[in-house]
Amino acid sequence: MSYQPRGTGEFATAFGSLASYVKGDIELINDDPKNYAFSNVFAVAASSAPYEKVVVAKNRQYVIEALRAEGTSEWFAASHDEFAIVMDGRVEIELVKLDFPATIVPPDVEGSVMLEGPPVGRNMGFLRLRRGHQALLPPRAAYRFRATAGIGVIVLQTILGRHSVQKWSAICPS
Amino acid sequence: MVGDMPQLSEVDVAASAPNEAGYRCFSLGSFTFSRDEYFAHVEWVSKGTKLSHTMSADVFLRALMRDVAWGFFYGTVNFDDVFGTRNRYGRVEFFAGCYHPTYKSQGLDHLETFDSGLAMQTCKAILHDWTNTGYDPFAAPMETGLTWIGKKLGHNTAAINRARDACRRMPGLPGDLPLRTDRNRYPVNRAFLDVPQDEPEIHAAPGFEGEVHAFNLFAYLSRSDVTWNPSVSSVCKHSLFCPTTEEYILPVKHANDRIEWFLQLSDQIEWHIEDGETGLPRANITMRPGDVAAMPADIRHQGFARKRAMLLVWENADPELPRLHEQGAVPRTPAEEFWPAPRPPKK
Repeated sequence: MSYQPRGTGEFATAFGSLASYVKGDIELINDDPKNYAFSNVFAVAASSAPYEKVVVAKNRQYVIEALRAEGTSEWFAASHDEFAIVMDGRVEIELVKLDFPATIVPPDVEGSVMLEGPPVGRNMGFLRLRRGHQALLPPRAAYRFRATAGIGVIVLQTILGRHSVQKWSAICPS
Repeated sequence: MVGDMPQLSEVDVAASAPNEAGYRCFSLGSFTFSRDEYFAHVEWVSKGTKLSHTMSADVFLRALMRDVAWGFFYGTVNFDDVFGTRNRYGRVEFFAGCYHPTYKSQGLDHLETFDSGLAMQTCKAILHDWTNTGYDPFAAPMETGLTWIGKKLGHNTAAINRARDACRRMPGLPGDLPLRTDRNRYPVNRAFLDVPQDEPEIHAAPGFEGEVHAFNLFAYLSRSDVTWNPSVSSVCKHSLFCPTTEEYILPVKHANDRIEWFLQLSDQIEWHIEDGETGLPRANITMRPGDVAAMPADIRHQGFARKRAMLLVWENADPELPRLHEQGAVPRTPAEEFWPAPRPPKK
């Protein structure tokens, strides 16, 4: 973990990365560690397949997913806003406004949906993100990620969907 | 108007003349609140007996500041082990000893429910009167003065009237919350001078300028001028990302009425976890960058950060959740949901 002083001022801010992270811990006094579903997004991404949407937090239907950004992802879309935060690496996001969104992401379908092929629609543009940058993934727009400098880590604010992967016993102490 | 508190109505807020230290005494129902040079005193009547509780005035003011800023927040805001508030969304409970095993077992716990508007008016009046010039209850101790100590000395209206930064969708979008810059009086905090301030590259095709959007969340947080006061930086239906910067001690012990989650973005925070009803210790959690942990719906938590840290608090703002939790219709902990107990075999 980057706890070594990096800044030139009085304080050095410590961020994590795939190459340098140290998980925290739980001291149990009278409890079960499963109550906290404790994990680490870098540890999860380190052992994930590229762009596997691993759920690291869930509150009813809402989730936070940790994605290992490696190479180029499939195309995804959602019927609602999603937000991506780059926790490590550099990521480019392409956006396409779908011509027929209801055929892919009808309003009653929540979570990210993987497209079966390239999106049909208008080019919206693209974003280039680094660590700490947050992007809007607007509704009814197809998007795909591309890691542009090695392997990165993305945190996604979304809703549980058909491609979300829950493997709590594998990522949390028990 | 109440004395020198022009925005408050004397019809609503019950306040005395200044005491010998210069501070007013306030009452709300049977609760009375007074302060002197060092301490805040809360008094109430239980079983016909007048009871009192004393806290350091700065501890009380920092807790009250969060209660006001959060609109009584989600669930229970324990100022300490004895006194606090519980949000009933439109109504609010003020309690003493209700979540303390000894007060409870002796029948000395006390709870009154108020209209949230009246209670908020009273809390704001106390903050206004008891916060001296030079003291900022939102700031870390290294950033503010010791003028909370001593006799009354002016006010700090600007500090206690900060609006909470809550976006509708995402900061920087047209019509939404502006990004923080030097120009709009959000300088980079002294503890985050090394945080890169570069903004993402946005290449929007013509016609999509308002829809293709990104910003530097870490830079945004590095410019936060408050501690332990979550903003809202993205909204997905009821899912709210509420990042915040934390330094020193969370001034309250928060017992949420729903599960919430923490994602540590930078540095380190230690959390003391206690049982939500009794205050008995359950666990200590150390969170480092990238760590994710749930805060179950049956605990109270208090955080400690020796260096200003970025924390992403994740809330589900579904207004049905408190009712569902009270009915036992939803899991109180991730353990109940993700590792359900096996059902006994059918005979």
